[in-house]
Amino acid sequence: MPEPLLSVRDLEVSFATDEGVVQAVDGVSFDIGQGEILAVVGESGSGKSVSAMTLMGLTRSPNARFSGSAMYKGEDLISASDERLQDVRGAEIAMIFQDPMSSLNPVQKIGAQIVEQIQAHEALPDAQARERVVELLERVGIPRARERIDSYPFEFSGGMRQRVMIALALSCDPNVLIADEPTTALDVTIQAQILQRIRSLRDETGAAVILVTHDLGVVADIADRVAVMYAGRIVEQGSLDDIFYDPQHPYTWGLLGSITRVDKPRPARLPAIAGLPPSLADRPEGCHFRPRCPHEFAKCTEVPPLEARVEGGQHLDRCWLTVEQKRSDREVLPGEIGLRSKEGAPA
Amino acid sequence: MARFIVRRIGQMLLVLFAVSALTFLIFNVIPGGDPAVRMAGRHPDPGQLARIRAEWGFNDPVYVQYLKTMQKTFTGDLSSYTTNVDVVDELRKRAPRTFALAIGAAIIWMLAATAIGLYTAARAGRFADRSITILALVGISMPVFWVGALMNYYLGFKWGIFPNGGYVPFADDPWEWFYHLIMPWTALSILFIGVYSRVLRSNILDTINEDYVRTARAKGLSERRVMYRHVLRNSLIPIVTLWGLDFGAVLGGGTILTETVFDIQGVGQYAAESIGQLDVPPVLAITLFGSFFIVLLNTVVDILYAAIDPRIRLQ
Amino acid sequence: MATEPATEFALEGPSALQGEPRRRGTAGMGPWRLAFRRLRSNRVAVVFGFVFVVLVAVCLAAPLWADHVAHTDPYKNHLTDTVIVDGEKKDVVTPDGIPIGPTWQGEFFLGADGNGRDTMVRLLYGGRNSLLIGVAAALITTFLSIVVGVLAGFFRGFTDTVLSRTMDVIWAFPVVLLGVALGTALTLSGLQIGPVDISGRSKLIPILIIAIVYVPYMARPIRGQVLSLREKEFVEAARAQGAGSLRIMLSEILPNLSSTVIVFFPLMVANAILLEAALGFLGVGVQPPEASWGTMIGDGVKHILSGPHLAIVPGVMLVVTVLALNIFGDGVRDAFDPRAKIHLEH
Repeated sequence: MPEPLLSVRDLEVSFATDEGVVQAVDGVSFDIGQGEILAVVGESGSGKSVSAMTLMGLTRSPNARFSGSAMYKGEDLISASDERLQDVRGAEIAMIFQDPMSSLNPVQKIGAQIVEQIQAHEALPDAQARERVVELLERVGIPRARERIDSYPFEFSGGMRQRVMIALALSCDPNVLIADEPTTALDVTIQAQILQRIRSLRDETGAAVILVTHDLGVVADIADRVAVMYAGRIVEQGSLDDIFYDPQHPYTWGLLGSITRVDKPRPARLPAIAGLPPSLADRPEGCHFRPRCPHEFAKCTEVPPLEARVEGGQHLDRCWLTVEQKRSDREVLPGEIGLRSKEGAPA
Repeated sequence: MARFIVRRIGQMLLVLFAVSALTFLIFNVIPGGDPAVRMAGRHPDPGQLARIRAEWGFNDPVYVQYLKTMQKTFTGDLSSYTTNVDVVDELRKRAPRTFALAIGAAIIWMLAATAIGLYTAARAGRFADRSITILALVGISMPVFWVGALMNYYLGFKWGIFPNGGYVPFADDPWEWFYHLIMPWTALSILFIGVYSRVLRSNILDTINEDYVRTARAKGLSERRVMYRHVLRNSLIPIVTLWGLDFGAVLGGGTILTETVFDIQGVGQYAAESIGQLDVPPVLAITLFGSFFIVLLNTVVDILYAAIDPRIRLQ
Repeated sequence: MATEPATEFALEGPSALQGEPRRRGTAGMGPWRLAFRRLRSNRVAVVFGFVFVVLVAVCLAAPLWADHVAHTDPYKNHLTDTVIVDGEKKDVVTPDGIPIGPTWQGEFFLGADGNGRDTMVRLLYGGRNSLLIGVAAALITTFLSIVVGVLAGFFRGFTDTVLSRTMDVIWAFPVVLLGVALGTALTLSGLQIGPVDISGRSKLIPILIIAIVYVPYMARPIRGQVLSLREKEFVEAARAQGAGSLRIMLSEILPNLSSTVIVFFPLMVANAILLEAALGFLGVGVQPPEASWGTMIGDGVKHILSGPHLAIVPGVMLVVTVLALNIFGDGVRDAFDPRAKIHLEH
């Protein structure tokens, strides 16, 4: 494997809150190379958004503590100065946010908002910056871009606004694009268009894409590699095929089992993982998934390291079960994988 | 836009008519306030009273009196009942004083409140923020005439730091003009600084958690630019409307107490004096003057609001 | 205020977690209990609420002080009397008209005014008037605002136009100017409408003036709220069940206005007290020989050269009272309706 573009090691993020210290991210490590799309999957509160935003320093606050590193072109983003990060943000690493309705300043013209970013990083005269914005808007598929550049966000639909957000993110040719639930707030048809757009931009620019999502459908559609997060930790990481066809962690089984599928007969009840994710201020010892896992055994009170247990070395997971146990224990319904519910677990 | 303005002007005229009619009515129902009696002097004989009544038209029905008074107001020969001074001339002479007081105070309170609002928002929850918040509430709780009188007594009379009331026209001596206005400006501003800094503080704290501020940071803008271009600008939008309305209210009678305490001799003090003497013509003219600015600024604020916030549509 | 967490400025911190823990312990509680709990935990607001209660109690006890401590009443002149301070005999008012300053003892505790009246006694009696006018005016304002706001918002159309335009006219009047004009006119003549006959000296006059002047400030937000409430499903439901307009207004709309009213009320009292002071200062509030804090400040300012304490003492009482109400009202707003945007003039 060539030198990765971005290499995150043992990233930890915690916040001081009224309820005590919340460990939002607890030792996350991953690499991403040029032109690669890495999907970070997990439910709300699993730390996936916090991890992504921390790479850009957007979680910095007096109440936040960080450790670990994120090496980008030989430079650590976690310990970088605020000034240095300002140069990186938008120019080298850009981000697309979840809610396009609220992520644009409502009282500024969209063109001006993009020009602002370009001029923060390059000494470009207004006229040229505007020209570039028109090109960008055309590239992300906004019709009549030259006229619409002076529109306000409220004059756009949700899908169009998300395209503006993508144009904004791409305006300085970033090497890494972080997309935080970019399609969650959109209609399904628009979703597909936006994903298509992100993929073709990756192909054109060769940017690495970190896609944060809880939607496995999106992941299957677009990702090269997948990292599954649970309660602040990555519990499994591998190629798209590894995760979908040979999942190793019981939590991943549960996630996969909860996808509704139109090509299969509808189950009587939507499968769900029993129980609730733990509070981040008060998590169980050892494996965090332990209380919800039907396969829990004595060893699970120790934290399982994230390591390759499957032959090949690129598929990592955090589960003490042997590979053979996993392959035989995971509930393989006809054509799909699921997780039995735990006996006595709270519904 | 043109239709909006035409409609608003129509509404303004209606409101002004109602205000003036109401004022006239308030003073015409006063039985003890028969102006003829006061004009006739100490021991009026009935003939004299009748002459005055006829001369001033006090025998006409109320609406005729009202119409005549209004006509005189706009032709500029409205006379006071008590001093025989032309009311419109008097207003013209006094208006610059009130303008100087109101405009200066409006600038001071806006700048001070912006600075304090920014400062407290940046230190939200800390000691500095909490103590300033209490101070702002103290400012809101103090009657302006009390603060003014104490300032006048201590800073003016006793310690002689500032002139003890009075007004010097700008054209006579700009420095003295400024020097004389420092205390009145401050006294008048205190309340508004208290109100505005608190509103701005809470607006900033709301805005700072907006998604678009996070976007602005993600764009790689400097923290300064994020604060000024995105947080402060958006937080100030509601304040600007408030400012316009309050400026109108201050111009239109809000200086009555300050002027009286500092003896500015502006429109507000004229109002206080005329009301005390039940001198209807000046009261009517001043009320019209005041209401005009209140209504005008209301309209200006609506237009301004639509201009700075494109989501608002005039209707 | 005091309950704000120190984390407010922290951008993505806890809010980005979307975790459940923040809600722990508050589930299953009614909004009222929750609001009261929030108010109780706001120590500054509770303390100042208590200060206000104490001030009210002290003013109510004015006759006790007058009879048992000061041995005089608020109107009695002691121009030619003397008082013994630290074993020294002093004039209450010197021959050249300078009144005595605070003696810090039972009689003339806070000194005397130019007429030789006991300032402390007048302060307490004046406080009763200020508080009475403030609370009564705020009550009437609230009542009128609810009536106007509910009728305008509920019936819309013609009713709304008439009421809203009337409010606009009052709004367009400069507050103090309108108050003073009404005050002057009514103090001279009193108010006679049919069987109602209010003398010009009555305290009802300042009460009514203040009450009316503030109606637009409260009626407007209420109207807005009613406009949105009348479109809510529960109103539809009541209508579908055949409830009449009056029923809907009383049992569906009114209860939903309660938090707005609760939030407005303390601030309304504070502003009413301040406006009364302004009217009193200009001589159209409470009529002599009775006093209010406003008239006492007015007198004090007139004679400030002979003794600033006459202006300072009632002013401080007024500021402390209004401040207590403002801080308490702030706490109430944070507890009941933190989004409420309230702006009053005075």
